[in-house]
This record gives sequence, structure tokens and C-alpha cells, in this order.
Amino acid sequence: MKKLLIANRGEIAVRIARTAREMGIETLLVVSEPDADSLAARTADNFVVIGPAPAPASYLNQDAVIAAAVDNGCDAVHPGYGFLSENATFARKVAAAGLTWVGPDADAIEMMGNKSLARESARKAGVPILRGSDGPLDPDADALEAARGIGYPLVVKASAGGGGRGIRFVHNEGELLETIEMARGEAASVFGDPTVYLERFVKHARHVEVQVLGDGTNFIHLGDRDCSMQRRSQKVIEEAPAPDLPDAVRRTIRESSVELARECGYSGAGTVEFLYDPAGHEAAFIEMNTRIQVEHPITEEITGVDLVREQLLIASTGSMSVRQEDIQFSGHAIECRINAEDPHNNFFPSPGLITALEWPSGDGIRIDAGVEAGSTVSPYYDSMLAKLIVHKDTREAAIEGALEALHRTRIEGVKTTIPVLKKLLDRLEFAAVKHHSKFIETVDNLMEAP
Amino acid sequence: MANIVSPLPGVFYRKPGPGKPPFANEGDTIEVGQTVGIIEIMKQFTEIQSDVAGTLESFKVNEGEMVNPGDTIIVIREG
Repeated sequence: MKKLLIANRGEIAVRIARTAREMGIETLLVVSEPDADSLAARTADNFVVIGPAPAPASYLNQDAVIAAAVDNGCDAVHPGYGFLSENATFARKVAAAGLTWVGPDADAIEMMGNKSLARESARKAGVPILRGSDGPLDPDADALEAARGIGYPLVVKASAGGGGRGIRFVHNEGELLETIEMARGEAASVFGDPTVYLERFVKHARHVEVQVLGDGTNFIHLGDRDCSMQRRSQKVIEEAPAPDLPDAVRRTIRESSVELARECGYSGAGTVEFLYDPAGHEAAFIEMNTRIQVEHPITEEITGVDLVREQLLIASTGSMSVRQEDIQFSGHAIECRINAEDPHNNFFPSPGLITALEWPSGDGIRIDAGVEAGSTVSPYYDSMLAKLIVHKDTREAAIEGALEALHRTRIEGVKTTIPVLKKLLDRLEFAAVKHHSKFIETVDNLMEAP
Repeated sequence: MANIVSPLPGVFYRKPGPGKPPFANEGDTIEVGQTVGIIEIMKQFTEIQSDVAGTLESFKVNEGEMVNPGDTIIVIREG
């Protein structure tokens, strides 16, 4: 791999460019018009404008991205996360253009993108799954009977859904058939696929996940993370390792995630997501993400493994540089996502010019930023500005360190979520690991509370 | 005539999603509270509702175009 095209923007583009440079790989970033003067554009060796601001006309324009790679002599494409990162069609087009795709092959992306197929592969690999309809619900099957075996409340999920979309709740038998019909219609119109399945509903679930790496021959895990602090299914604070997880559960999810990667001959970095029911000490498969994730730095901090470097190695040489026995875990890491949103005004987006910016520094503090002083936060893209990551010996010290680092962060010109991050890190529920994925929505007046 | 103005900056869409019919067309009868478009900003979507009843006279912003707070999006002939 000599020249890598980065098909993304913001902090992940900066992050990929940094590691590529360390590895002696030249980088070319594709940007939309307003991103031509972004931090990412200045970090990459070169950039090329591929279209106007709206993502469908630039970052999602598959042919324009591939043309930019081919015309500029690139030999590989890294999609980052979001945008085209889990688009099997794009992965195929990249390969067809003679370029190396930094990610798992298109078939693996496609299989994991289909929730009921993914669930089926997980079951085969011995990954714990929630009681459910075991694959797509047959339209002619007796749904009432299937639901009785699962128990209420349950959820109807669209096979093609994900990220909190395409889910409907069923509280009792009386609602079941009608809800399934609605969910089918909705799934057909939103995702173009009417397939749905049934799954048990867990009330206070935590979100835990396992980072895996595969090169088609070797398959390893790099431990687990907890991403339970979410707002509207969007992660807000993540930590590694997942706290307060029984040893048996931790071992099960780690080992079975590796088996799932082996089952699909996985090549690249991936994340196997689980719902964890603290009441029953039970973990169950949700989905597998076939890309690098936003929260990858906390895993890097506790393992010392550079995940982007491994991705690039796997794509270019066909093998990763680490074995399972090389992976040592140390300490605890917390990541806070800093978004340009106003937590005092229902998280209303806050685009605009960043007039002043100061990051904290010090032992165990890492900032993965997509902006700097003078950056304009565009209204066209998601609101994440940066991630503040703190790595300390213990969870308590990491929480304390993250709070202190947030207090030393100064961003002016746009509103940010820093005030709410401080409040959340300071909650007793977080310290005691009593929070869950709906916790933020259940706290009244989070910003007003003392 | 009444103007429906954007309360926020963002991208204006006449349709709830790609391939879907528009919320409203020129010449349509509009009721108070009826959704006439959506504005997207940083992946958040805000519905724009009419605060008057009448007939949709014209759109002042095209599909997918940027708007700023206070920009007129739609003109309604009241009554």
C-alpha cells in the first residue's frame, strides 16, 4: 500500500491520516467544498474536492470517490465509520476498480448488515442470542405461538434495521399481529425489505461490545467496552473494559465474538455488540459492526494496539501484527464525545465558527479532534467535534481524570455537550454502574439538577 | 398572504424521505398545524408546520437548499 484514499471527514479522517503517515503511506482525502479548509484536509498529504456540501453529492457519491482514487494514483480506500463504511456495493466497486478495500469483504458486510442473517450466524458460532423467532419471522407462521415462546414484552425488529431504527414494542398478545403488520409495512418502505423478527425485550439493558480483529486466518479479541450512556441510541460516554461484568459473561462474549469472526472468515476490525441484562447476568447478541468504531480509542488505550494500523496491515499484507497472547490489558479508559449541541436547549445543534479552543493535556489524556480554533462547524454533517479519552489505572481515577480534563477544555463560538458530559460523569448511578441505555432519557432536568 | 419562515438554519426538504411524495404542493389547501416541510441540521430533523390556514401560493426555497433563521420558506394565501 503506497497511497491511501480516505473516504471520510472529521476526527476519523485525521486519525487515519496520522497512522498512515507513521506507516509511510501517503494519504489523499476526499472532501466536500466546505471541508476544503478543514483540519482533516490539512492533516492528509493531499485532498481533492469531490462535490458540494450535502453528503449524497460528495461523501456518499461512490463513483466520485472511486474516480478520485483512480485518477490520483491511490491503491487503497479507507472508509472510516459512517458514510460508505458498511456499504457492500461500494466495497465491491472499490475492489472492481483494482483498489484495496480497508475492511472486511463485501459478503461479510452484507451478511452482518442483515440482522436476521447476522443473528443466524451468531447462533451458529455459539454467540448468546436473545430468545426470539430464530431468524426472520415467516409471514405464514403462527406469530402468536412464536411470541408465546419468547414472552412479553417483546420487540419486533426489521431485519434491515439497526442503530435503533426499525424497532417496535409489543406489550401484550392483543397488540402483536397488528404491530407485526405495521412493522412489515414500515420496514418495506424505509429499508426496502419487509422482513422482521421477534426478540425478547430487556428493560434496563446495558450496551457492551467486543472488539475483534481477523485476517482470514487468525482471529482475536481486544477486550470489551461498555457504551451504555446513550441518548436516543447515540453513544455519549464509552469505557473499556466494561465494568461490573461477571467473569463468565465477559469470557463468553469475548470468546464467542472471536468464533463469530472465525465463522465468517472475517478480515479487518469489527465489533460484536451485545445487550447485557444486569438483572439476569445475561448477555445477548445485537449486531456486528464491520468497520472501525468511534469508540475504538479506549480499546487502544487499554491494549496499546493501534487498531487503524492493524486495519491497514491486514488490508495490505493479509495479516495482523498481534496474536491473542500478545494482548495485555491495563487500566481503564473513558471516552467522552464532544458534540456541537446545546444540552440546555434539548441538544439543539449548534453549527458555527469555533472562535477559541483549548484542549487539556497531560498523562493519560488523549484528544481525537476533527476541529481546531477557527474551524467552521458545518450544519451538513453530524455534530461530533472531538473525543476526549482518559486512561488511568482504575475506573475511579479515569472518571475523576475525565471530569478534570473536561473542566480544562474550552470551546467557544459554538455550544457543546461538555456541560452534560460533566453532569453524567458525576452521577452516582454512573459510578455504581447502575446506568443503562435509556438512563439519560429517564433523568428529569439533568442539566438543572444540582 | 402569510409567510412561513424557518426558525432555524439547515437544509430544507419538501419530502419526508427520498422517493416519498411531498408534504404539500402549490395550490394545496393547508390547515393550521399541517406539516409543510422539514429542515435538517446536523442529522436532526425538525418539521415545519403552517401557523395559518389557506392555500399554498409558492415555495421560496428549493428542495435541498440551505435556509437561515427567518428566511421565508413558503407563502400561504390565507382564507
